[in-house]
Amino acid sequence: MRSKVVFRRLLRNKQARYGFIALLLLVALAYVGPYFGAYDWQEKDFMAFMSAPDADHWWGTTSIGQDMYAVTLRGMQKSIIIGLLVAVISTGVAAIVGAFAGYFGGWVDKVLMWGVDLLLVLPSFLIIAIISPKLRDGTWWWFVVLLAAFSWMITSRVVRSMTLSLREREYVLAAVYMGIPRWKIILRHIVPNLASLLIIDATLNVSGAIIGEAALSFFGFGIQPPDVSLGTLIAEGSRNATGYPWLFAFPAGLLVALVLSVNLIGDGLRDALDPGSNS
Amino acid sequence: MSILEVRDLTVTFPGGIEAVRGVSYEVERGEVLGIVGESGSGKSVTSLAVMGLLPQNAVVSGSVKLHGRELLGMKEDELVKVRGKAISMIFQDPLSAFTPVYTIGDQIAEAVRVHQKMAKDKAAKRAVELLDLVGIPNPNLRAKAFPHEFSGGMRQRAMIAMAIANDPDLLICDEPTTALDVTIQAQVLEVLKTAQRETGAGIVMITHDLGVIAGMADRVLVMYAGRPVEQGPVDDIYYRPRMPYTMGLLASIPRVDGEEGPLVPIEGNPPSPASLPPGCPFAPRCPMKVDMCDDEEPPLTPFGGGRHVACIRAHEIEHKGLTGADVFPVPVIPPSDVVRVPRTERATVLELDGMKKHYPLMKGAIFKRRVGTVFAVDGISFDIAEGETLALVGESGCGKTTTLQQIMQLEPPQDGRVVVLGKDSAKLDKTARKALRGDLQIVFQDPMAALDPRMPVGDIIAEPLRAHGRKDVAAKVAELLRLVGLAPEHAERYPQQFSGGQRQRIGIARALALEPKLLVLDEPVSALDVSIQAGVINLLEELKNRLGLSYLFVAHDLAVVRHLADRVAVMYLGRIAEIGAVANVYDRPAHPYTQALLSAIPLPDPEMERTRKRILLEGDLPSPADPPSGCRFRTRCPKFARLSEAERRRCVDEEPSVARLANVVDHGAACHYAEEIEVITASDNQEEE
Repeated sequence: MRSKVVFRRLLRNKQARYGFIALLLLVALAYVGPYFGAYDWQEKDFMAFMSAPDADHWWGTTSIGQDMYAVTLRGMQKSIIIGLLVAVISTGVAAIVGAFAGYFGGWVDKVLMWGVDLLLVLPSFLIIAIISPKLRDGTWWWFVVLLAAFSWMITSRVVRSMTLSLREREYVLAAVYMGIPRWKIILRHIVPNLASLLIIDATLNVSGAIIGEAALSFFGFGIQPPDVSLGTLIAEGSRNATGYPWLFAFPAGLLVALVLSVNLIGDGLRDALDPGSNS
Repeated sequence: MSILEVRDLTVTFPGGIEAVRGVSYEVERGEVLGIVGESGSGKSVTSLAVMGLLPQNAVVSGSVKLHGRELLGMKEDELVKVRGKAISMIFQDPLSAFTPVYTIGDQIAEAVRVHQKMAKDKAAKRAVELLDLVGIPNPNLRAKAFPHEFSGGMRQRAMIAMAIANDPDLLICDEPTTALDVTIQAQVLEVLKTAQRETGAGIVMITHDLGVIAGMADRVLVMYAGRPVEQGPVDDIYYRPRMPYTMGLLASIPRVDGEEGPLVPIEGNPPSPASLPPGCPFAPRCPMKVDMCDDEEPPLTPFGGGRHVACIRAHEIEHKGLTGADVFPVPVIPPSDVVRVPRTERATVLELDGMKKHYPLMKGAIFKRRVGTVFAVDGISFDIAEGETLALVGESGCGKTTTLQQIMQLEPPQDGRVVVLGKDSAKLDKTARKALRGDLQIVFQDPMAALDPRMPVGDIIAEPLRAHGRKDVAAKVAELLRLVGLAPEHAERYPQQFSGGQRQRIGIARALALEPKLLVLDEPVSALDVSIQAGVINLLEELKNRLGLSYLFVAHDLAVVRHLADRVAVMYLGRIAEIGAVANVYDRPAHPYTQALLSAIPLPDPEMERTRKRILLEGDLPSPADPPSGCRFRTRCPKFARLSEAERRRCVDEEPSVARLANVVDHGAACHYAEEIEVITASDNQEEE
């Protein structure tokens, strides 16, 4: 019943509707858009280096004559997947680990929090830097896993401390006295009551992952040239942002649009889950 | 001449929410004005408006005059001089009313120095004097203590000390004893009376407890939906109410001296201040409603004898001499079949035998060592027969909740036995325990906290059904909702769309989902308003009779217990002090603690309140980590104080166990010198006289 009610409330929510439409349009743009452009992303136009947007090159060209439109969309395909996956995985792990540690307490709590502390002190950037060349031949999946693996710890600590207070609530006690298994109580009563925090965390993680991926790519890990991502494009474009704004404006604008649409969906989902909101 | 004069006070919050709609009253010197009303009736907002403590966005109009000086619209820096000096306020929650990082003495001294030019050491001395005045033992020492080192009752006394520090002309008390236990409440009310005597101040007493008002107030103002609906001398309001709401309110309270039978509930809920009905706000719930009631809101009109009533049928009520019981329909509750069988021949559903629960007291951060033991529950025994309600009463900290948790957990206790429906909790395996949970369910105290706010009501009620693999969940949910008096369409709403009473009904529906045999009720009505409470009590009684349930009822409200329970067990510091049939324990209490407890309950009857003698207990509950030797009650026992040295020896050395009193079948007390006395005169006797 809950899923039905939440889904209905989500559909009724204006913000969520706009967010979904925007996200769908962006995904469509990323995957369908390249078929409409005149150039392939790997093609180089030696007649136009750093040319401003015009009828031929809609979004201008790069310093080696690549068509910005094709390149940006190619980059966006990667970034959408990486951003969304990393956000979902890292928030999911944070919620599960934090809630289990907080609810079970005792040695489960000790072991899990010890792991969290360990991951927090290890310099994640260094580890990704060391591991990623070894996985160069592997898929980008590994990259998503690594990025997610190093971004959930702080949230999970917050989740744990919130769980500690939720654990004592009477509705959780009521569930215990009904004979409901503990893992079910966590999934059914604890995690949904942390939804506001988790949704905000997930939406922040989307942009965090895309930018974080760019930082790594910038240092030569992650997405490697000639392949591109929104992050690498923004990093590169920002150097020439004043002289050749199209190199920066289009990828950055798309990133903003992407994050904004995810935020709208997140807000809508939060309102749909939270019975307190009247929308 | 009156100290405070309030005229046509209205308070409007953003969004057009009219919290207070035209309140007028005055308070004379040395007079106590009681303001009664349910939550949301605007009684607290009224007093906050008088103090000028409302948030900026509240629009206040009307007039509030203190000694003829207008307070509304006064500049903040001038108002500061009035607040705490001429008017003081005592809040409900004494813990949050003190700053945790300063000592009590410093905070009282600060209150003195803000308004009077006084040296620091003199102010500190004055603080000690004030603490002494409100009856805090060792005031010199206690002034240096921090708020968290004070118990709830002591904090409230300190709060009173602070309020009277500058000899105010007016004291506003907002639910001053609601958060306290009855014996402590009796102490604090006594202190309030002393404080009033000392300062000669007028008191505005805001509370929902009609018993407290009956004992304290000279005049009463009854509020409903932001307006006074009846106002007059206390005796008139209690004995001759002329507004149906007041009549219903008085009829709906269970009385500790009252007779059995269903209570009189007021149907429906108070209207939301955002959407008031067109005419009289009480009309939708009023059994005396006529068409004219919907036309316009009746004004508060003088009725003679200093009374004001806002009801168009007030004269008719006066003429016919109607009372609440005449006007409000009394529900009929079918009798139970089980009780016809004698108790000894009925099956036992719950048996506790010498159950103990001790918590270790640990100290140290890394290497924890045991520094003591909290004797939360220290060997209690009782049993519940089929179809019976046993009430467990006692003040906070006496081990009620621990007992209840121990029963609900179905784990082996540290010592003793817990036998539920013939099954010993120590011998249960996992599947048997889960199966037994279906027969043993609980209803919690706080209907807001007991329901997951993120789950639709249908899911909440379905949860136990699904957990135990029942089929046809949707139909069962609809049936349960109907059983507790809600509509099946409500299943898709969230808990917070319901009022407190409705939420408690949802909690009851969830507990009944698995068709349990024993229902544990943890203070099921203490968080509800009086008019709603009656409905829930009636529902519980009806369900018990219809479904053949047994209840273990935990409560601190002895009046509700008298009404609902068959037997009662009084707990003190983890032990049972007295146990027996309700009639025996209430009419002839034998243990000094029970006697004090019963005598501390305020009765909603001004005449009796004035003539009653209270047995006041000294001090607070001792810490359960360090209970007194022998009889645990002896440190506060009024009887112990009267005993001779030789007799006392026995109380100190030997711990009394519950012994059956000679002359009756079902009555036992844990006192070496038990002696039955009558504390509450039954109300029907009173009438005969």
